[in-house]
Amino acid sequence: MKVGVVVFPGTNCDQDVLRVYGELLGMQAFPVWHRDTDLKGADLIVLPGGFSYGDYLRTGALAKLSPVMESVKGFADRGGRVLGICNGFQVLCEAGLLPGALLENVGRRFLSRFVHITVDSTRSFFTKGLTQGQVITCPIAHFQGNYFADPKTLQELTDNGQIVFRYSTAQGEVRVDDQEVNVNGSCLAIAGISNRAGNVVGLMPHPERAVETLIGYAGGDTGLAPFQQCG
Amino acid sequence: MRFQVLVRLKTGVLDVQGKAIETGLKDKRFEAFKNVRVGRVIEFEVDGVAGDQARAQVNEVCKLLLANPVIEEYEVREVA
Repeated sequence: MKVGVVVFPGTNCDQDVLRVYGELLGMQAFPVWHRDTDLKGADLIVLPGGFSYGDYLRTGALAKLSPVMESVKGFADRGGRVLGICNGFQVLCEAGLLPGALLENVGRRFLSRFVHITVDSTRSFFTKGLTQGQVITCPIAHFQGNYFADPKTLQELTDNGQIVFRYSTAQGEVRVDDQEVNVNGSCLAIAGISNRAGNVVGLMPHPERAVETLIGYAGGDTGLAPFQQCG
Repeated sequence: MRFQVLVRLKTGVLDVQGKAIETGLKDKRFEAFKNVRVGRVIEFEVDGVAGDQARAQVNEVCKLLLANPVIEEYEVREVA
């Protein structure tokens, strides 16, 4: 299993992702520079978090024009697995690889805290071995994480099992109108979605920051489970 | 040709900057100011391309990059 981790100017979670796949899961993980078009035979491409191009214009807007994104689009169209975390999710939406957009958080604050997310659909490559209702506790760190899509798109996401994760309580209860639970005000409390085929996944939370019990994070290593599904 | 593109969030899409401005104005007793919406203006020149072709390219660029049609609408103005 080869994992390519795309690095844009301003990406800052690439090392965390490389560590998860390379050191913890023993896969062959390597960076892919945003000016490159060669994905070096990767079986999985990750767009990690950060502030690509300084979030100029809109988050993810300029990153979608990078040369590497043409290759990523082609790779995804051929069924290749693509994962976008935080800013990577924003890039995937801007690039049209995932539907919808990420608006500013409803509470007008940058949120840096732990959240609980619950596995909704197990159709995606990132959740295929997990169970529906399984709770993962991991950090979020974003200002634009408020998932938005028109009602028709939301209905399609629901009907097709494209909602991968939703913000929930520690017990897995989703409360769309409760800002303590659906912290950024996302439509349907969506924390992550997939495309129709399930080979492209984007999520705002950072499971790669909750993969080791050693550092005493509240989430422990619950974030490791979805990465283990990628083998 | 010189163009000005006005980009703003579609009606019904939450505008948190607008809300913050409204709250600030209310604090200064400008209660009459409602529905504040914040947009952005992008100006540029298109050189050496004929009129209609330039306009077509501007629209293409708006859809590609300057506005996100999922959440935003845009207006193009030609500036003298």
